[in-house]
Amino acid sequence: MTSDTPTLDVRDLKTHFFTKAGVARAVDGVSFTVGKGEVVGLVGESGSGKSVTGFSIIGLVDPPGRVVSGEVRFKGQNLLDLKAEQMRKLRGNRIAMIFQDPMMTLNPVLRVDTQMVETIRAHDASVSKADALARARDALGQVGIPAPDERLRSYPHQFSGGMRQRVAIAIALLNKPDLIIADEPTTALDVTIQGQILYEAQKLCRETGTSMIWITHDLAVVAGLADKICVMYGGRIVEQGLIDDVLDHPVHPYTRGLLGSVPGHNTRGHRLYQIPGMAPSLLNLPEGCAFQARCPKADDACKALPHITNPVPGREIRCFHPHLDQDEEIGA
Amino acid sequence: MTEAMLEVRGLTKNFVKKLDLAGRIAQKLGSSIREEVVHAVDGVSISIAKGGVVGLVGESGCGKSTLGRMIAGILPPTAGDIVYKGVQLTDMSPEEARRAALEIQMIFQDPFASLNPRMRVVDIIGEAPVAHGYCKASEIHEYVSDVMQRVGLDPEYRRRYPHQFSGGQRQRIGIARALAVKPEFLVCDEAIAALDVSIQAQVINLFMDLREDLDLTYLFISHDLSVVEHISDRVVIMYLGRIVEVAETDDLFREPNHPYTIALLNEVPRVDQRGLDYKPIEGEIPSPLDPPSGCHFHPRCPHATDRCKQERPVLREIAPNRWSACHLNDGT
Repeated sequence: MTSDTPTLDVRDLKTHFFTKAGVARAVDGVSFTVGKGEVVGLVGESGSGKSVTGFSIIGLVDPPGRVVSGEVRFKGQNLLDLKAEQMRKLRGNRIAMIFQDPMMTLNPVLRVDTQMVETIRAHDASVSKADALARARDALGQVGIPAPDERLRSYPHQFSGGMRQRVAIAIALLNKPDLIIADEPTTALDVTIQGQILYEAQKLCRETGTSMIWITHDLAVVAGLADKICVMYGGRIVEQGLIDDVLDHPVHPYTRGLLGSVPGHNTRGHRLYQIPGMAPSLLNLPEGCAFQARCPKADDACKALPHITNPVPGREIRCFHPHLDQDEEIGA
Repeated sequence: MTEAMLEVRGLTKNFVKKLDLAGRIAQKLGSSIREEVVHAVDGVSISIAKGGVVGLVGESGCGKSTLGRMIAGILPPTAGDIVYKGVQLTDMSPEEARRAALEIQMIFQDPFASLNPRMRVVDIIGEAPVAHGYCKASEIHEYVSDVMQRVGLDPEYRRRYPHQFSGGQRQRIGIARALAVKPEFLVCDEAIAALDVSIQAQVINLFMDLREDLDLTYLFISHDLSVVEHISDRVVIMYLGRIVEVAETDDLFREPNHPYTIALLNEVPRVDQRGLDYKPIEGEIPSPLDPPSGCHFHPRCPHATDRCKQERPVLREIAPNRWSACHLNDGT
């Protein structure tokens, strides 16, 4: 970390959805920090609360969902105290978001240049249209779109999926934000196109010092990109730490199980480790540890909520029975 | 290699968009409008040995699903032969063709779209075996319970509808439906792509168990190289309707030959690779409506020469049991 105040400091964030069927605790006590220029991978399976965490930070949680408690400190300022108007000025300006499906974020009936100029002038009306256009062209060039001058005059449907995602990234970059929240931006793309987008994202963080939260279900993507990783399960971060530490020496039984179930060349001819059962519904999470029903180490202690502990330096986990002996077999 | 269970020779599938009336009139009047032809699969030959698992890998639009559908008998090929157990499908008697159609079954990607939402599980799985005389209508419940147990579903659930199951369970229903007619050959088209990591591991393990128990042969279609590396004996790489490389899994991942395969392997994120410097291959996947001349990969290939632009490279054996379609192998 380069400065004392991290770019983003999330403390005990809770976002609940008050549905007719009951209260879904989608995010339930999440704390993490993102330093300047740092890439944090937020990893989890469907329904783990990773996307809702992203939406909560940028203030886009819709009813019946509501941020119930906690703090989201962006450069020292708690975003949850801001009025809607103040938040609107920050969003798309200092904090930007990239979504999974670029067709949903781009307006299909407006040309790309209209959308980009609008993004700049909405936050700073003093920029002339010509200057805004020049900045838009630079941003397109920065994310590797060939012939940006011509592409500016295209409509979103005239781009391929990968190019469209680049446009979405370029729009996120326009106002040189301090933090980008990327929600599964490469999931819908082909492998070679995903490689190109990851390359642009990596270059961006290194060159401009932008911080990034990369939300994904794909451990392998995060492995190559992130500095830090937070593994989510049932609305809580169950393990977080530096990427190498967590992936090489996972301590939480869920992280261990997840890594064991990733196929690859080391697993050829062997059975994959499988986590038994399936993820619980957020509507009726068990009391205490959400993973207890699938955990090989669970016992009566797990019926209470595990608090955050540091069994290894630089690691935060929520577990009563961490795997401290790394030679132990997965699932033992 | 043992005798091939299924062999495909020069299989081709073109999708033609016929001109409408206005188009035909315009053509008569000398306009340059022509019918649009997509060469989805362009002269593909593979052979699959009994008991083997062949992984078919490629990006979107490369024709891998079309090839799978032709083999499963869902799509009629435009040209070429499919030889099953030594007999050409087109030369079979109606009785033989019916048997072959039952023995080759397909498992689809989307477990939401491939199950009839208005049928109970017992009917989804039991309909085909009853119709084809594998069991009497009165014994359908016992028969279905057996099959459900084999794929790890609780037979108690057989009266439920598909929407009452999770994604992973629904995929198991799809597998059970295929297994119910005692197939010998399974075409799995992205059968695990829609599942979460921990559920994906369960289904992969199920496929491997079934292979041993029932002596099945698989064509495993996927865009995910790490899954294919885990599960396959042999890998076929496709690009824009053509096969570019075929090799034993170990050989392919140790020493890829074709520039496209090399690029693809470099792009695949892996859990054991950290802090990568991504060096993506340039360019987009060309449209199959208007594929590049010569070698389809030449506009993106770092080694392309003039010959690659003009002449289509043939797939030929470059080492025992290794095939590649690249002019570079001819030596200069």
